[in-house]
Amino acid sequence: MTVRCTDLVKHYEDVVAVAGIDLAVFRGECFGLLGPNGAGKTTTVEILEGLTLPDGGSVEVLGCRWGTGRDHELRERLGVQLQETQLAEKLTVGETLRLFASFFARPRAVSEVIRMVGLEDKRHARVGKLSGGQKQRLALACALVSDPELLFLDEPTTGLDPQARLNVWEVVETFRARGGTVLLTTHYMEEAAQLCDRVAIMDHGTILSLDRPAALVASLGAEQIVEFRVRGDLAASALAGLPGVSRVTEKDGGFRLSVRRIGEAMPALLSELERRGLTIESLTTHQATLEDVFVHLTGRALRDE
Amino acid sequence: MSEGDGTPIAARVAGRPHPLVELTRARLVEFVREPEAVFWVFVFPVLLALALGIAFRSKPAERLRAAVERGAPAQARILAILRASPDLTVVELSPAEAAQALRTGKVDVVVEGTAPAAGSKGDLLSVTYRYDTSRAEGRAARLAVDDALQRALGRPDLLAVREERVAQPGNRYIDFLIPGLVGLNLMGSGMWGLGFAVVQARVRKLLKRFAATPMRRSHYLLSFMLSRLVGLVLEVVVVVGFGWLLFGVAVRGSLVDLAVVSLVGALTFAGLGLLVAARPRTIEGVSGWMNLVQLPMWLFSGTFFSYERFPAAVQPAIRALPLTALNDALRAVINEGSPLSASFPAVLVMVLWGVGSFAVALRLFRWQ
Repeated sequence: MTVRCTDLVKHYEDVVAVAGIDLAVFRGECFGLLGPNGAGKTTTVEILEGLTLPDGGSVEVLGCRWGTGRDHELRERLGVQLQETQLAEKLTVGETLRLFASFFARPRAVSEVIRMVGLEDKRHARVGKLSGGQKQRLALACALVSDPELLFLDEPTTGLDPQARLNVWEVVETFRARGGTVLLTTHYMEEAAQLCDRVAIMDHGTILSLDRPAALVASLGAEQIVEFRVRGDLAASALAGLPGVSRVTEKDGGFRLSVRRIGEAMPALLSELERRGLTIESLTTHQATLEDVFVHLTGRALRDE
Repeated sequence: MSEGDGTPIAARVAGRPHPLVELTRARLVEFVREPEAVFWVFVFPVLLALALGIAFRSKPAERLRAAVERGAPAQARILAILRASPDLTVVELSPAEAAQALRTGKVDVVVEGTAPAAGSKGDLLSVTYRYDTSRAEGRAARLAVDDALQRALGRPDLLAVREERVAQPGNRYIDFLIPGLVGLNLMGSGMWGLGFAVVQARVRKLLKRFAATPMRRSHYLLSFMLSRLVGLVLEVVVVVGFGWLLFGVAVRGSLVDLAVVSLVGALTFAGLGLLVAARPRTIEGVSGWMNLVQLPMWLFSGTFFSYERFPAAVQPAIRALPLTALNDALRAVINEGSPLSASFPAVLVMVLWGVGSFAVALRLFRWQ
């Protein structure tokens, strides 16, 4: 067991940021906290990193507890990337890593971490001149320079373009391939699905569901999601009995069907709508994802806020 | 929270950079790459010294200005006597103009001839002097005018006088100013330099990121003190060197004493800078505090004029200010050539401020 916390609670004034969380991260896995902004992911991670004191609950990281006199030793074994850290703009990539490396007793060589994150040609570039993706890879390099057993990544790809995101994912996957453990937060369900062995879906400071990404999607009882709008009156109950449809929800005048067998459900749906004389305004269908799991659990979209 | 480092130094990779050295180095590299900072620390004080040095350069003794009231008795004779005096510039003005000129400081004294009072033994006349007794020029002009008139009317000089005029390097305004500028510069760069850098790192969450590493927190704060040591050498050399080359302001005491005083001063203000920057979460916040702390020292610590001009009651408070102590110690070394032991009280004041503020800063420091 690499990280374990039980009944974690944290209040900020009268806001409850974390409302009783239990987690266990196993050695060598990539564990994801998926949820919208404000779900309490960052607070949770910063408590685990020993940067924030919880109001209640217990935390154990790599067999140690924070504040028991072994913090210094524990920090030697962690790699941390924080959300929104802006590294000194006037230093170069190489200088920044050299500085971070000096804090650790047994750091990786600077040139080695630069290679790991693919910034070889930017070694002498100032941080202020890097693109968003390059800065993020440098932040990752600063986390990797300690040669950590456990890597904490808080929103590692927020605001990055798809190519830059892929680059970051590659670095994380390489770290895992060498046996490292990762705990990351994200509000991108693609990221959670791509990188994580297990995902905890968080909202309002609690964990709503926790499982492998595929198992979470399977729990919807659907392979496909069909969303459509029609002109005219239609009750959700009229669709519930259609073959292959496992769930019907209505939101803002649009319908959302969780569909197990798309081949049966689609013709049935279309003929039902025709029989009722309703005109289709729009209709989309996609494979069920973690996003749909989140919508199912909260009634909201991940990126609503 | 433990600061204990599980690994003995010897077990570390040989030649591995020490965090304190690396932090200091990063700090200096950042500073050098910030053109504005370089301007304020090095160029600004030199420009200030240049401007003030020119404004207050030693000029030939200025002539005092006297006005003679037109139309008063014996006007022509008074004019003739005063115009013969080498110390005076004399103008003839109507009573109204003279009053106006006196009020605005265009003349230092107004001389009005009056008819001799009945029964006075003076053969000639009597005069009225009008001047502002609170102005040194007014008093000097009155004496010069009186002296010229009395002599012209036959008063003998009873004393043999030999004059020695003193306007040597060491007694000019620029000699007073240069040590003050060194002190002011050490305060400004210590406080602004550290304050901004620390608060900026806090705003950018860099402090929090450092707190997530095994970096010792005292190393981080000490690196700022160390970086000031390097900065101070340049700052002091630039200003003192400039004063010496352009105005001939010599360091009369030992350079070692100057180095010691500057070092103590720089560390004192580094400590104060860290203290002011220990809590604020915004650049605006820290700027306000910086100004609040520095303003009294700008005013009272005798950088531009002697603090002896303030009432005796506030002198102990003024002397307790760290910049006053630094300026006094610098002037003792540069202007008077006193040994360091003469500045012991001033150095003690600085050490107390420096150590005290560093200790409190370490305790109050907000990492996130």
